[in-house]
Amino acid sequence: MSTRSFAIGLGSTPKRVLPGFGLSLGISLTFVSLMLLLPLTGLFGQLAGLSLAEYWTIVTDERVVASYGVTIGAAAVAAIVNAAFGLLLAWVLVRYEFPGKRLLDALMDLPFALPTAVAGITLATLYSSNGWMGQLLEPLGFQVAYTWVGIALAMAFTSIPFVVRTVQPVLEDMPHEMDEAALTLGASDVTGFRRVILPHLWPALMTGTGLAFVRSLGEFGAIIFIAGNMPYETEITALMIFVRLQEYDYVGASAIASVVLFASLALLLVINIWQGRFIKRLHGGNG
Amino acid sequence: MQRIGDAPTVRRLLIAAAVLLAALFLLLPLVAIFLQAFARGVDVFWANISNQYTLAAIQLTLFIAVLTIPVCLVFGVALAWLVTRFRFPGRRILQTLIDIPFAVSPVVAGLVYLLLYGRNGWLGSWLDSYDIQLMFAWPGILLVTIFVTCPFVARELIPLMQAQGSREEEAAVTLGAPGWTIFRRVTLPNIRWALLYGVILTNARAVGEFGAVSVVSGAIRGQTNTLPLHLEQLYQDYNTVGAFASASLLALIALLTLAAKASLEWRAARREVHA
Repeated sequence: MSTRSFAIGLGSTPKRVLPGFGLSLGISLTFVSLMLLLPLTGLFGQLAGLSLAEYWTIVTDERVVASYGVTIGAAAVAAIVNAAFGLLLAWVLVRYEFPGKRLLDALMDLPFALPTAVAGITLATLYSSNGWMGQLLEPLGFQVAYTWVGIALAMAFTSIPFVVRTVQPVLEDMPHEMDEAALTLGASDVTGFRRVILPHLWPALMTGTGLAFVRSLGEFGAIIFIAGNMPYETEITALMIFVRLQEYDYVGASAIASVVLFASLALLLVINIWQGRFIKRLHGGNG
Repeated sequence: MQRIGDAPTVRRLLIAAAVLLAALFLLLPLVAIFLQAFARGVDVFWANISNQYTLAAIQLTLFIAVLTIPVCLVFGVALAWLVTRFRFPGRRILQTLIDIPFAVSPVVAGLVYLLLYGRNGWLGSWLDSYDIQLMFAWPGILLVTIFVTCPFVARELIPLMQAQGSREEEAAVTLGAPGWTIFRRVTLPNIRWALLYGVILTNARAVGEFGAVSVVSGAIRGQTNTLPLHLEQLYQDYNTVGAFASASLLALIALLTLAAKASLEWRAARREVHA
């Protein structure tokens, strides 16, 4: 029963039955305006002093453009790897019983719980040429630390829970009948997975991968230690903002930050709209 | 009934692949933190932790977390009560707005605060005329920490309070209970575990925030260095064992967070079975 059905009409303004509307509205609005919206005005205040041409020059500076390439490229690779790895982990956690399963499930949240700087120095130490993983990989010709591979690795580490935790509930709610129908009709495991299960999971998988991608675009602490931070080669955009700040170039930092901010907000909006559409499809059309 | 992927070979193969990848990708780094921290023995570990700069960093980090949690708690409960118990124009927008901190890169979060409250910012220059400096001091660290952690409590509470509905509270109103009593006696017992988990998540993020804090802190050793900033400095100074000693404290908090989540989920599952 919704609160509205309980509201009693008093003239034109309906009376709210539960107390605390004014208080909770006051606290929420004060907090949102002071803590979230007001600081954003500072960014636009800085940008207001710029002409469009000046803004364009800053955000298309050669070194900055190179950093977009590094960030987007590594984030895309990390997202694709996470889509496959996350799907495997979600599948194993939902469909099978095995010893240590609860431990594996708990481990999935580690990247969210572990501070990014801790993840950063740990990955850098493990994958540097005398680290455990580096010693194994470098003789084989794979250099991870101080290359874009290391950046992608750090991004994949911090964003893997997005995929697992988005796919897991959808896989859990998937009715038995779908599997059974496919198998009864003579489909093999591979065909059944490809034609029945994957289409069902697809929206959740895309949403999780999209969220992982957005998170990777903004990641900073986990990356800077393993990246090597060579201009034009392994410098991410978040670091460019930081570099401009250390040069006391607040305007430059703000301009680059606005690009990052708009890119992530636009992507999140797209993901939200897309998610809204598939939820409608699930609950609307076929019931 | 047989399901897709239930054949024993497929099952074993997939479990082995998942466990192996998770061990390499997630477990190995976790183990490495503690092994590195104790690489030169317990004495060196202890010396690293009891170093005056490390102690100052621990103190500041805890101080910030202790101040952040009540603010996020009040805001989270107020917002969850507002959006799940009332309908009003702008409700959806408000719910979208609180996700901003999750969408914004931590460096950008730090930057917007620096621009507003820094000496060149319009609010900062006004405060400066009263000799109040927020940036490169603990109040700045506190502000950005609140910014990056404020959605956690609300995000835990909103789905739960939505699912529970407001019938019980409405019944309490008809029985004549005053507002605070309703909240304390009816709402709070229903949401306490979600509330607790929200606080645990807030704490985990508050003690570990790096990007936003590093923009506004100035990282003065012994003064404005939080634990994550302190371990960065040690690591840059090639004091790896020292850096990992600090890192192990933060990793321990992360492990406690995971354990708390697992036990809360277990409790919820058990209640469902009994219900």
